Amino acid sequence: MALSQEQVLAGLAEIVNEETGIDTDSVKMEKSFTNDLDIDSISMMTIVVNAEEKFSVKIPDEEVANLLTVADAVNFITAAQG
Amino acid sequence: MNQPTLKQFETVKYSRIYSLGASRGELVVTNDDIAGPIDSSDEWIRQRTGIITRRRASKTQSLIDMAVEASNEAIKGAGITPQEIGAVIFSTITHPYQTPSAATLLADLIGANPAPAFDISAACAGYCYGIAQADALVRSGVAKFVLVVGGEKLSDFIDPTDRSISFLLGDGAGAAIVGPSDTPGISPTVWGSDGSHWSSVSMTSSLLEFRDGESTWPTIRQDGLTVFKWAVWEMVKVAKEALEVAGVKAEDLSALVTHQANIRIIDELVKQLALPESVAVARDIVNTGNTSAASVPLAMHQLLKDGTVKSGGLALEIGFGAGLAFAAQVVVLP
Repeated sequence: MALSQEQVLAGLAEIVNEETGIDTDSVKMEKSFTNDLDIDSISMMTIVVNAEEKFSVKIPDEEVANLLTVADAVNFITAAQG
Repeated sequence: MNQPTLKQFETVKYSRIYSLGASRGELVVTNDDIAGPIDSSDEWIRQRTGIITRRRASKTQSLIDMAVEASNEAIKGAGITPQEIGAVIFSTITHPYQTPSAATLLADLIGANPAPAFDISAACAGYCYGIAQADALVRSGVAKFVLVVGGEKLSDFIDPTDRSISFLLGDGAGAAIVGPSDTPGISPTVWGSDGSHWSSVSMTSSLLEFRDGESTWPTIRQDGLTVFKWAVWEMVKVAKEALEVAGVKAEDLSALVTHQANIRIIDELVKQLALPESVAVARDIVNTGNTSAASVPLAMHQLLKDGTVKSGGLALEIGFGAGLAFAAQVVVLP
């Protein structure tokens, strides 16, 4: 069964926390990965791969550059679950 | 008329690496030295790559100079004469002649003439490709001793304003002598390529385009994130398969020696492989930079030289890069 936006956000926050140490409560929808959370592109790719595994979705490399905010990622993953 | 029975080479059961040799570019290039043209900083480069300095050759220090120095050390370490070398394999992508090969000149300069000698082009996987071939040549009886060299003068093919890869690159050569052994010393190699990602790490243009004035001097570029993803998650599978076909477990290893591409790739590989702390991880990139085909032998040489690992232990070596080409094998440390 597809996960809700809230569930995807919670799962994504755990992944971000594991990769960067950022508190899960700080991973909010409106946050920018680069500007607010200070996540660099290499960490972002690690987060993407872990998200692909966790949510059983495919996030193409060329799509990663479009995932600027947490909401972008949550929306993409939610939609990709089909 | 009776046809005579053909003779064929008599096979040898096992092979091993006898010795290593190393040569690094004579210039120590700091992050501050190169940060200007890419609008970067020492801190940014350290955090993204782990590199503090990279070694680069001077204008007068050639690829062949470094290969000769590394080869002579390996030959001496193996306790053989150059004339005993039955084949010279030189892995490089920076020999500036389409022909003849760098290997034939190297063979002559080290006194191995008339040994068969040839170059291979497998970029950062090149040394491990060379070890696979040397292992096959030795065990098939074609050559008793094989000199494998991974060497690069990448600084001839960089663009100081390129933020994708140039600032990572260094120059050097690593050499190994492979020969017959009473006990297994080189596991089956897990190797391959994926040309569907041919352009992920490549030159900016061909020599023909440069000749025709359609491009500037070709330099190396990469799609860093695509390569990072492949280098970690695909190479984890290759590394696990290499351990499996070698019949060893991660905890049996003394060392992991990966291609020194980027400390972030190395650290993520270690994490994904769940390596126990007892396994030494080569991080020669910190002081040497990314030297493509030279990086695995240089990194292994450094671990042995500084006493981090001892001769006789097992090391998983894995090379990966442009092509995309990859190769991994478990070896007994010389």
